[in-house]
Amino acid sequence: MEDIKNISRRAFVFGSAAIAGGIAFGSYGDAAMAANGNPLAAGLGPNSVTFNPWVEISPDKITLIAQHADIGQGVGSAQPILIAEEMDLDPGQFEVRFAGPSPAYFNTGFANENAPFLAADHSPAAEAARAYALEALRKSGLQMTGGSSTIPDTYEKLRIAGAVARETLKAAAAKRSGVALADISTQSGHVILPNGTKIPYVELAAEAARIAPVLDAKPRDPSKWRMVGKPMMRLDVRSKAMGELKFGIDRKMDGMMYAAVKLNPNKGQPLKSYDAGKAQSMPGVKKILKLKNGVAVIATNSWYAMKAVDAIQCVWAPSTYPAEQAGHWKVLKGSFKPQFLGKEWRKIGDVEAGLKQGTLVKAEYRAPYVGHQPLEPLNGLAIVSDSGMEIWVGHQSPQAVQSIAAAAVGLKPEQVTFHNQWSGGSFGHRLEFENVRVLAEIANQMRGTPIKLVFSREQDFLQDIPRQIAIARHRGSVDKGKIVAADLQLASTAPLKGLLERMGAPSKDPDPQLAAGLWNVYYDLPHFRATSYEAQGLSPSTTWRSVGASTAGFFTESFIDELIHAAGLDPLKARIAMCSVPTYRKVLETVAEMSNWNGPLGNGRGRGVAFVESFGTPTAEVVEVTMTDRGVRIDKVWVAVDVGKVVDPVNLESQVQGGVVWGLGHAMNCQLTYAKGAVQQTNYNHHEAMRIYQCPVIEIRALENDPKVRGIGEPPVPPAAPALANAIFAATGKRIREMPFNKFIDFV
Amino acid sequence: MIELTVNGVKRQVDVAPEMPLLWVLRDELGITSPKYGCGVAQCGACTVHIDGKAVRSCQSSISEIAGKLVVTIEGLENRDQHPVLQAWIEHQVPQCGYCQTGQIMQAISLLERASKPTDELIDQVMSGNLCRCGTYPRIRAAIHAAAAKKMAEK
Repeated sequence: MEDIKNISRRAFVFGSAAIAGGIAFGSYGDAAMAANGNPLAAGLGPNSVTFNPWVEISPDKITLIAQHADIGQGVGSAQPILIAEEMDLDPGQFEVRFAGPSPAYFNTGFANENAPFLAADHSPAAEAARAYALEALRKSGLQMTGGSSTIPDTYEKLRIAGAVARETLKAAAAKRSGVALADISTQSGHVILPNGTKIPYVELAAEAARIAPVLDAKPRDPSKWRMVGKPMMRLDVRSKAMGELKFGIDRKMDGMMYAAVKLNPNKGQPLKSYDAGKAQSMPGVKKILKLKNGVAVIATNSWYAMKAVDAIQCVWAPSTYPAEQAGHWKVLKGSFKPQFLGKEWRKIGDVEAGLKQGTLVKAEYRAPYVGHQPLEPLNGLAIVSDSGMEIWVGHQSPQAVQSIAAAAVGLKPEQVTFHNQWSGGSFGHRLEFENVRVLAEIANQMRGTPIKLVFSREQDFLQDIPRQIAIARHRGSVDKGKIVAADLQLASTAPLKGLLERMGAPSKDPDPQLAAGLWNVYYDLPHFRATSYEAQGLSPSTTWRSVGASTAGFFTESFIDELIHAAGLDPLKARIAMCSVPTYRKVLETVAEMSNWNGPLGNGRGRGVAFVESFGTPTAEVVEVTMTDRGVRIDKVWVAVDVGKVVDPVNLESQVQGGVVWGLGHAMNCQLTYAKGAVQQTNYNHHEAMRIYQCPVIEIRALENDPKVRGIGEPPVPPAAPALANAIFAATGKRIREMPFNKFIDFV
Repeated sequence: MIELTVNGVKRQVDVAPEMPLLWVLRDELGITSPKYGCGVAQCGACTVHIDGKAVRSCQSSISEIAGKLVVTIEGLENRDQHPVLQAWIEHQVPQCGYCQTGQIMQAISLLERASKPTDELIDQVMSGNLCRCGTYPRIRAAIHAAAAKKMAEK
């Protein structure tokens, strides 16, 4: 747990006072490679070699390690391809294995996000702060998938890892053959000697293990790339289409029994008492277990277990948060007070004076709790023996799985062996631990028997720690056709602080995710202020695809639209004119061109635009709608982004389309509400998001002007909701200031 | 014992007659391509073919299936060359992939009814199959491509 505490102290420094001067972090790649050891060395078989934590070659196969979990975003493919590019390996010539927990896999990508500077700020002070954050991340050893950080983390270090492997294999071949290194090349999994002899890498493993790795190997010039940057076939597409890929839920072991649970829907509270009289005699039931916060049924089939656990009557301890939804909004409304101040994140000019100029505009916005609900429900397989626990589960935080599972049953973290699994979606769900904790508890009570736990969809909804709930109270002023001031204030639950607390690393710093989409506004405004308040005593909340920006992005970009309208300006032209970062302005100009923004629209139609930078990726979206007699129809969405470098244009398009569908669908159709301490929506019919019939055509263009390589999993989400709301305003004159929009308007 | 034919093989299972086909396939027979998503016919991840029709296996009790022919994606004829699977791969439809076997089984059924479906028909027939990753634009494109492939084969 100490390791995880260090994460909060050091890694998430954004918001604390830990930045001063900073230290230069020499060669990023070299440091990343050697910095925190190589966990592969300990498990290496005979005549095998590992050059770094990402490459392992045995006499019969080449294994590339994916340190980031694949939750559908394609990184189980992108990571090994970055290595294979440099190693001259082709798809099919290597296996991919997910990394176990190790500080060697610390996430360098969080350094960009966790320094208190805007993403577009590349000043020496900003870069020094990022270097300091990087060194703090190395010391913490935090291995985590999230924050759209996989490509920023791995783009350079995995190519270096591949180059080191390639050059060391060449050196081994030079030693064996006596041929000069300069005359040796590599191709398609082989070292090629000048006489045409081809030596498979696997045959060089033993010899390569006996020489020093070539640590100063340089990755190739991008002009030489065979795969990266070009349209690629994701390595997992075929097995997924054929139904062959095994997800965590598909894992099996001999002698395995199935578990289902009923847990206290008053989140975080214990079980008081239960009556399992009826369940005991139901078909397939082997055992009924009492857990700290609920009950479990062990049966010969998941369905028997789910049916039986349904029949158990439980008495629950009540929630510590308000039992009814109205109470949550009431607390939130009362949180705009100094004692709940998170932080004043940014202040430009004299906001109070600016607000007195010209016309004052005020608006209140709301965003509800929403669920993650990936289609693969939370699950896991575990077995506990006298020596420890082995656990198979799809998760974004391997080290935290170890420590949470260990703590649940009184083991040491190193006694827990964790095998990461392909996940059927996450969206932030697989950063939380409820399935891990109860699975450990169940397996510990069933020592020696492998236990497969599957949450029913209803339990998954009831235990899903939702996206933050938030209210914004924004004020601004316009004068003589210009925006003079914007004072952005929001009160919200704190998603990242909540997650850290449940990881065992509570933080007293203000939640940096409440600044996302609020403070990083890139319009030249004479007077500007961004302030967050943190509501206390509400439902726990956690990271949900795009986190803070999913709510603040909606508030900010809707309000900017209101100010632009009040100033009598064109929504997109005004944004372009006000945009202070040239590369970001280019993103806005691109979406204007793509959407033919100036082109004519018929009656009952409208276009809306929004622009949000999240996780360092500037993203502009235009939504076009038509009012029909059955409601609003979303016709088309145009997206322009700048990611610095596109690694795979096909998967990038998939991520953008998926992000837009995610952002629109939840803004239109979803909320979780509490009644008697439990969420009322317990299956997809009450939390639909988007189905295919509501899905618009989505056209994208990715630019490569940003000086850094950026992620794409989350950034397309935040602009979707405000662009839609702004389009509805353009078509109808009706301003929707609260999600879900279907409370106020029908959709086709 | 209840007898059913799965992917051309006769199987016998000893389970409660009301057990849904989904859980017989997954937990009794080890056929894992039909996925559990919602249990109440809201997501379509469990879609299989029963006597040639796309059906939600979470809603079909095993007693109703007795004697019928069940086909999962593992048992499709000419699977490696199947035009719908080919189109799904070429268009790289899957992201997390969890819903995709259900999507494909539904799409095959759609293309058996309509050889050249419009977007409207695709939206109508496929709207019971939820995809949380948002692969819908590619699902539409793959169905159109599969329809074209099937036409070309004729």
